[in-house]
Amino acid sequence: MNAITDFFHIGGYGFYVWGSYGVTALFIAIEIYLVVRGKRVITKRLARLGRLNNNANAS
Amino acid sequence: MGFKNSIIWMYFSSPRNFYPIAGKVIPWFAGLAAIFTIIGLYISFFLAPPVLSDQKEYYVIIFIHVAAAWMSMFIYVVMSMYAFIGLVWNIKMSEMMATALAPTGAMFTFVALWTGALWGRPSWGAYWVWDARLTSELILLFLYIGFMSLQSAIDDPRRAARASGLLAIVGVINIPIIYFSVRWWNTLHQGFSVAPNQTTQLVDPSIFWGMITMALACWMYTIAVVLARVRTEILQRERQTAWVQELVGNQK
Repeated sequence: MNAITDFFHIGGYGFYVWGSYGVTALFIAIEIYLVVRGKRVITKRLARLGRLNNNANAS
Repeated sequence: MGFKNSIIWMYFSSPRNFYPIAGKVIPWFAGLAAIFTIIGLYISFFLAPPVLSDQKEYYVIIFIHVAAAWMSMFIYVVMSMYAFIGLVWNIKMSEMMATALAPTGAMFTFVALWTGALWGRPSWGAYWVWDARLTSELILLFLYIGFMSLQSAIDDPRRAARASGLLAIVGVINIPIIYFSVRWWNTLHQGFSVAPNQTTQLVDPSIFWGMITMALACWMYTIAVVLARVRTEILQRERQTAWVQELVGNQK
């Protein structure tokens, strides 16, 4: 076995170690995605509401 | 606190002032988080000893597990402090900070429990035991979930902040229980790795610094992501104000 496969094998405990680090990375990625999306959604919604109000006032 | 200081705090407690400042500092904290993560992972996987006298290779989980567990407790304390300030002095910005901290705190609590389970299986032979440390950490997760559900259940943001703030403050009693559980009770969970008032280090220096670096990475990440979330919260709660309307491109 070469050094790289050894590294991922972690003495036979790869499942536990990568399961820990992988799930952590996944949760962090999901959190960042949700925060970024949340900001975009609210900005768009407020802009749309503003336009609706302006149109209502104009007519 | 001097007069000048209180002026500064008043300045930051205004959502309108806080919003752009938060936006400016986020990239810095995100960058620091990335740097500390790389250093922390390097120490964890390459510099720290591969096995310990009583633990095989799986112990490398310690670096993410301890950092996440510290964050889960620390974020809760900070969150309840903000909730307390919001409750007593009626400061909206404080309430919003408490709201923004909760999901990240819950995430780290889950990560602490999850990595603990994956560490427990090879080292104790069980993913889960009803031990004092594990059980009190699980209660912490429920406290975060309770805090968030209470907020989403009440429509009026001020009332939601008061009710959930009270829950956060009462729940803080759980933090010393988690922290000292390994000392107060006979737990399967191991004792302190980094103990207060400890003159001799309990762990190898590379393990100690690995944990510290990973904890710093988590701290920087938390600051960045919480500030980003609180900005959305500000937009939501201040949506009627002229400055938010202007910001999203609407003329008043």
